[in-house]
Amino acid sequence: MLLDGKVPGGTLPEKWDRHRFELKLVNPANKRKFEVIVVGTGLAGASAAASLAELGYSVKAFCIQDTPRRAHSIAAQGGINAAKNYQNDGDSVQRLFYDTIKGGDFRAREANVYRLAQLSTNIIDQCVAQGVPFARDYGGLLANRSFGGAQVSRTFYARGQTGQQLLLGAYGALMRQVAAGRVTLFPRREMLDLVIVNDRARGIVVRNLIDGAIEPHAAHAVVLATGGYSNAFYLSTNAMACNVSAAFRAYKRGAFFANPCYTQIHPTCIPVHGDYQSKLTLMSESLRNDGRVWVPKNPGDHRPPSQIPEADRDYYLERMYPSFGNLVPRDVASRRAKEQCDQGKGVGETGFAVYLDFADAIKRDGKSVIAQKYGNLFQMYEKITAENPYETPMRIYPAVHYTMGGLWVDYNLMSNLAGLFVLGEANFSDHGANRLGASALMQGLADGYFIIPYTVGGYFAASGLETIDTGHPAFTDSIRSAKDRVQRLLGVRGRRTVDDFHRQLGHILWNHCGMSRNDAGMKKARSMVQELRAEYWENVLVPGSAGDFNQSLERAGRVADFLEFAELMIIDALARRESCGGHFNEAFQTEEHEARRDDENFSHVSAWEYAGDDAEPLDHKEPLSFEYVQLAQRSYK
Amino acid sequence: MTKQLNLTLKVWRQKGPEDKGHFETLPAKNISTDMSFLEMLDVVNEGLTLAGKEPIAFDHDCREGICGSCGSVVNGLAHGPEKGTTLCQLHMRHFKDGDTIVIEPWRSRAFKVIKDLVMDRSPFDRIIQAGGYISVNTGAAPDGNAIPISKETADGAMDAAACIGCGACVAACPNGSAMLFVGAKISQLALLPQGRPEAARRAIRMLQTMDALGFGNCSNVTECEVQCPKEISITHIARLNREFLKGAFAAAESG
Repeated sequence: MLLDGKVPGGTLPEKWDRHRFELKLVNPANKRKFEVIVVGTGLAGASAAASLAELGYSVKAFCIQDTPRRAHSIAAQGGINAAKNYQNDGDSVQRLFYDTIKGGDFRAREANVYRLAQLSTNIIDQCVAQGVPFARDYGGLLANRSFGGAQVSRTFYARGQTGQQLLLGAYGALMRQVAAGRVTLFPRREMLDLVIVNDRARGIVVRNLIDGAIEPHAAHAVVLATGGYSNAFYLSTNAMACNVSAAFRAYKRGAFFANPCYTQIHPTCIPVHGDYQSKLTLMSESLRNDGRVWVPKNPGDHRPPSQIPEADRDYYLERMYPSFGNLVPRDVASRRAKEQCDQGKGVGETGFAVYLDFADAIKRDGKSVIAQKYGNLFQMYEKITAENPYETPMRIYPAVHYTMGGLWVDYNLMSNLAGLFVLGEANFSDHGANRLGASALMQGLADGYFIIPYTVGGYFAASGLETIDTGHPAFTDSIRSAKDRVQRLLGVRGRRTVDDFHRQLGHILWNHCGMSRNDAGMKKARSMVQELRAEYWENVLVPGSAGDFNQSLERAGRVADFLEFAELMIIDALARRESCGGHFNEAFQTEEHEARRDDENFSHVSAWEYAGDDAEPLDHKEPLSFEYVQLAQRSYK
Repeated sequence: MTKQLNLTLKVWRQKGPEDKGHFETLPAKNISTDMSFLEMLDVVNEGLTLAGKEPIAFDHDCREGICGSCGSVVNGLAHGPEKGTTLCQLHMRHFKDGDTIVIEPWRSRAFKVIKDLVMDRSPFDRIIQAGGYISVNTGAAPDGNAIPISKETADGAMDAAACIGCGACVAACPNGSAMLFVGAKISQLALLPQGRPEAARRAIRMLQTMDALGFGNCSNVTECEVQCPKEISITHIARLNREFLKGAFAAAESG
């Protein structure tokens, strides 16, 4: 089946305006009669819940954490892009659009990306008005810095805590609506099922994480803003609770999952050290503004960095990509780091690291300037490694960081299931096969503040939705299956812990469906995942009971979903017979080891439909047509 | 250099809000000095699980010091002995082989224990709901550069805004006061021109809510600043007091 993205007519710059006019409106007096469930309170979820409530809708907001302010958007460090052109350096909506499409290796929907670039400027204005303390120059105006994949300076930031500040802005807006009585907050709730009535998404079933109660909630529309699935890899830069479960439950109820093989491996993370390690820590990409990446020229050179003279160093990114240098996009920087380490030039105890060196920047600008820009990041690095980056170069290595794939949505951000909207990292829409730095915050807030308030209204106004309540048989069914699953997990009483299985799954994916993939490895990985999943349901040990605060049980449910979802990632990666962005199949590369796309056969979105536990998922395609950009081999030389 | 430690933990165990709770002594063996404190707890929990016992419940999420989920009192100090460090960023290299480590939840009338080291910190949300925001609807904002803000002011607001809402200030305070948390938010918004119109109303409402929820008052003990993982300064409490007084006088004058 070919999928229709429902892109409106008109020229690219006109589409969103025209569409907003075409969308029907809901009478203001009727808005409070419409209930909207928003799952997730990160940038996308919190901004959506607040904005919908401001319009008058009755909103129920759910989050897995103890308070909405802790969603993982909070950990975003570097910044948020916007085509303000305050620097007068040639930026424009058109350029941000083009950089993003190109950065995504031409695998995103043109109309969505253009709209994102258009809305980017409104986001900055909104956040400033909320009291987000963006960095400013001495004249009192907003400051910018550069990020990967762009030659203009368009990234707005609040020290190394941009995500935190933007999230607290959205959280404040959400709390204001809670106080106004238009949002009801449900913290410490985990979504276990999506409820479909008459082919429309009409509610969810959640588990109260404090007392284990299974609770049904009905609404006129369901908005998922539940983040990405990097934790399928066990070790990633994501927070511990990040999971695919809400999106995967929706997939099992019929929502299509698009491009699950597009995973982003971020080049600048603190390297892995030890088996007990629970997560990886990112060092913001903004560090590549001033830090220079290098390895020793000769394999096996184990001298400390201070004793390796300039002549024996290889600043390989500057050498290979003279025009973008250290600021090449993430996928390129990551693959090149792996390549250097695979050639035996890696540094540190494990040999899986490269240097990120600030010595030149400190010499040029002084230590205090560097400390002002990156002080908290340097401090974070020192806390973890006990090394001082002002004196010795950082050691960094790529790590899983973000997932471009997600539930398929049309131009309205509605999935193929009517009434199910998906925002932020949870959808697949705007980043194609690779996301540029400082674009995730932009997309989350564009979706939540400026797109969903219109498109949800359009959906309500155009559909006659009957009144239903949680007594409907569809809810009873979902409650029963959620309870059964919890009992099944607790009933296995095996000999291996949940984390033990999760760690093994992570190894399989990292080795065979990670930065560099090949058919033989992926086929092997698929059967390894199947075997591990079978063992899980016979040998997992989940302590405690269902009616209690039980963190092992929470993790057990999430890992069970990852064990199924991992196979879908591999199926998608095997089906895409090309390399693009974050999906690099070794069989498809240029002579210079860059990703080689196949635009003739794979310029499409792959959206997978669940067909039963024992059946292959069905592959639906949305063709990507490019009217305004010319497809080209990405070049950052 | 990586070393292995053998430690004794005295951990607070409490089944639920109604349970009295008690300390349990647990060994923590072969702990690498490169582990974070929470990774040490992970290792202990894996052992407890395999031994058929209930693992220790503790809140945690980002494990990089920004989400504010984690936090326990370790040997009498909120987030443990390292200054300016959340519990997830505390590494075991700061402990010695043979150490006994006492781990407890925040002790505060306003934060009830849910289980073991997990607390209900929703009173902080209630304080923010009382006014910890600028009342601006989506879409109504002028250009971001329309109002210049001096670098010093923006930096000062950012210093206050760095609060992660973990509640360590409440745990550190003998009065169980939330003044540092409230002061940080009031200060951030009072410094910025966008936040001025509501400054007085905000200060009064947030403080009233703080009192009503059972938090104590400030008596300048300054332990909150010492134990705050983000090193938020108590000067923000001073600004809170000024904003509150200004607001109270204005309210009195207008009758």
